[in-house]
Amino acid sequence: MRPELKNFKGFTLKNLPEYEGFAQGHRACQGCGTVLPLRLALKALGPNTIAVTSTGCMEIVSSPFPYTSWNVPWIHVAFENSATVASGIEAAIKALKRKGKLKSKEKINVVVFAGDGATFDIGLQWLSGALERGHDFVYICLDNEAYMNTGVQRSGATPFGAHTTTSPAGKIIKGQTTWKKNLMGIVIAHNIPYAATANPAFPIDLMNKVKKAALVNGPAFIHVYATCPTGWGTKSEDSLLTAKLAVETRVFPLYEVIDGKYIINRKVDKPKPVEEYLKIQRRFRHLTPEQIAYIQERVNQEYEKLLKLAESFGETQTEQKDE
Amino acid sequence: MTKKFAKEVSIAVAEAVAQCKVDVISAYPITPQTHIVEHLAELVNNGELDAEYIPVESEHAAMSACIGAAATGARTFTSTSAQGLLLMYETLFIASGMRLPIVMALVNRSVSAPISIWNDHSDVMSMRDAGWIHFFAENGQQAVDLIYHAYKVAEKTLLPVAVNIDGFILSHVVEPVTFLDQNLLDKYLPPLKIKYKLDPKNPITIGAIGVPEIYTEAKKAQDEALKASYKIILQAWKDFEKLTGRKYLPVETYQMEDAEVAIVIMGSLAENAMNAVDILRAKGKKVGVVRIRLWRPFPTKDFLKAIGKVKTLCVVDRAVSHGATGGPVGIEVRSALYQSNKRPRVLNLIAGLSGRDVTKEDFVEIFEKTFETLTKKPTTPYEIYGVKE
Repeated sequence: MRPELKNFKGFTLKNLPEYEGFAQGHRACQGCGTVLPLRLALKALGPNTIAVTSTGCMEIVSSPFPYTSWNVPWIHVAFENSATVASGIEAAIKALKRKGKLKSKEKINVVVFAGDGATFDIGLQWLSGALERGHDFVYICLDNEAYMNTGVQRSGATPFGAHTTTSPAGKIIKGQTTWKKNLMGIVIAHNIPYAATANPAFPIDLMNKVKKAALVNGPAFIHVYATCPTGWGTKSEDSLLTAKLAVETRVFPLYEVIDGKYIINRKVDKPKPVEEYLKIQRRFRHLTPEQIAYIQERVNQEYEKLLKLAESFGETQTEQKDE
Repeated sequence: MTKKFAKEVSIAVAEAVAQCKVDVISAYPITPQTHIVEHLAELVNNGELDAEYIPVESEHAAMSACIGAAATGARTFTSTSAQGLLLMYETLFIASGMRLPIVMALVNRSVSAPISIWNDHSDVMSMRDAGWIHFFAENGQQAVDLIYHAYKVAEKTLLPVAVNIDGFILSHVVEPVTFLDQNLLDKYLPPLKIKYKLDPKNPITIGAIGVPEIYTEAKKAQDEALKASYKIILQAWKDFEKLTGRKYLPVETYQMEDAEVAIVIMGSLAENAMNAVDILRAKGKKVGVVRIRLWRPFPTKDFLKAIGKVKTLCVVDRAVSHGATGGPVGIEVRSALYQSNKRPRVLNLIAGLSGRDVTKEDFVEIFEKTFETLTKKPTTPYEIYGVKE
C-alpha cells in the first residue's frame, strides 16, 4: 500500500462534509448524472482546491458570465488541454512555494474535470503528456458517453450500438459500430500511482476515490460513469437507477488500480442481464436481439478479463460502504 | 564597467530569461529547434535557475501550461518557431484574452509547405491579430534587452509579449552582448504580483463564457488595454535608457533627416539595409531606413513622424499574405498613410523568404528600384523580390 494511503480514513454517511465546492443554481439538465459526481468530488476535495474544466457541459452550465457555480478557484482554457493547464498550475504552486512567494502549509489540490470527448478523443495527447511527466494532480473524466453539450455526437467513449447524431440508428448501420475505447487501460499504461472507476450511484465510494486520488503524490485518474438523461433518452428520475444498473450488469465495473495493482471494489457475482440496462435507454431501442447478445457476450468477456487481473494480485474486493 | 560577452544569441536570450527569475518554463524543443530552451533546461538542472521546467509534449501544450502557470501567479516563459507557433495558435488568443503576462521568444521562421526551417516572418504574421505585444530585435544585444523589457511590459499591462528574433540570422550566430547587472535588473523588474489569480484563499472564476451580451465589451476592454500598452512600453524603454544608455523607440530611423526614398523593414535585415544606405550616401543619394521595433500595438504616429518628407517608401516584407493587397507590413503602412496628409508612393516588396539572403548589394538594388518609382508609379500593389525565372 502507498504510504500516503496508509492511514486513509474514508468518508461514511456519518461524516460527510457540509462543504459545497459547486453551488446550486447551475444550468444542468434535470436529472443530470454528470454534475452530481462533480459536486461530490468537490465535496471530497474541500476548499483548498484549484479546478480546471475542459470545454463541455460542465463548463457551459457553470460559468455564463457574470454567474459562476464555482466556490473554488476555477479556470477554463480550451477543450483539449486541461491536463496541461493543470500541469502549469501544479508547477507554479511548486515553484512559488519553494521560493516563498506562496504561503500555504496545506496541499493545494489541482483537479481537472473533463468530459469523455475532451479525454478519450481530442485531449488524449495532453492527458498522456501530463500523466507521463508525473504532475501531482487529479484528473476526473466525467464520461457521459458522447458529445452531449453540442447535441449528442458520438465519441470514442460511446458504447457499441448507441444511437447518436453522428452514429445514427440507420436502416443499414444501426448506431455506434465500435466498442468503447479502453481508456483505463491507456491511463494505467502510464504507470501512475492511482486510477479508479467511479459512479454517482455509489457516492461514498466515489468520494473516497477522489480523496485517495488527491492524497497520492503524482497523477491520479478517475473514470466516472456519468449518466445523461437528455442524450441517452432516459427518464430524468431514472438517472441513478441507470447508473446502478451499469454496475449490476457488469457494464461499468467499479475498481481501483493502485501502483498497478487491480482491486475490484464491487464484485458482481450474479449480474443482471445487460438487456435490463439497455431497454430503459432510448439510445439503444433499435438494437436487434443479435446485437444485444453480442453486447452481453463482450461485457462478460471484459469483466472476466478484469477479474483475472484482480485475482492475479490476490485481491478482488474491498469493503463497499455505500449501502 | 559592463562586460561584453561573445554569445550565441539563443544562449544569450536564455540567460536573460534566467536573469528575469522566471518561475515556470514550459517548452517543446522541436519544430524547429533552438538552443534557448535547451540552455534553460541546463541552467535549471545545474541549480543555477530556481524554476520549474515542464518538458511538454507539444507547443500547444507549451502555451497551455504557461497559461495555467501564469493564471496561478507565476512568471512564465516559452519559446517557439514556425510550425510550433501554428500548433500553439488556439491558445495564443486565450493567453491574451485572459490578460496573462506570458513572455515568448519567437524565433521567426518560414511555415510549411514547402517545409523549411529557415528565416522569414511567415510565422509571426499569422498571429498579428492575436492580441499580443510584439517587439522585433535586429541584433543579439536587442534580443537580450527586449527580453527584460518584455517582462516589464507584460506585467504592467497584463498582456502577453512576443520578442521576435530572426531564426538562424540571429538565433544561431555569436554576437557581442552585455547583460544588465542583476541588482539593476531586480530594481527594473520587481517580483510579479498579480491581483487576480487562482488562489484558494480568494477563489475567482477565470475563463467564463462570453455570452453575446458581454463578448463585445470584453473584446473592447482587451483592445483598449493593448492600445494603452503603448505608453507603458515607452516608459519601460525610458527607464531602461536611464539604466544603460541604450535607447529604444517604437520606430527607429537611419539617415532619414533628408531622405527622399526609404526602406521600411523589421528585424535583422534592417542592418543590411543600413549598410546599403552607407554605400549610397557615399554616392550622394538621399536614402534612409525606417525600422519598426514595435509591431503591435502598431505605432502609427511614430511611423508617420519617422518617414519625414520621403517621396517613396519601399516596404520590405518577410512574409506573403496570400490574396491580400500587399505583404502584412505593406498593408499596415498603407493603412497608416491613409490617415495622414502625407502620401508618399509605396512600393511593397516581399523578400528574404525562407532564409534567402538579402545582402547589402540587394538592398542597393532595391533602393535603385525605389528611385525609379519617383517618376513612375509601381505597376503592381506588391512584388515578390528576387524570384528566379
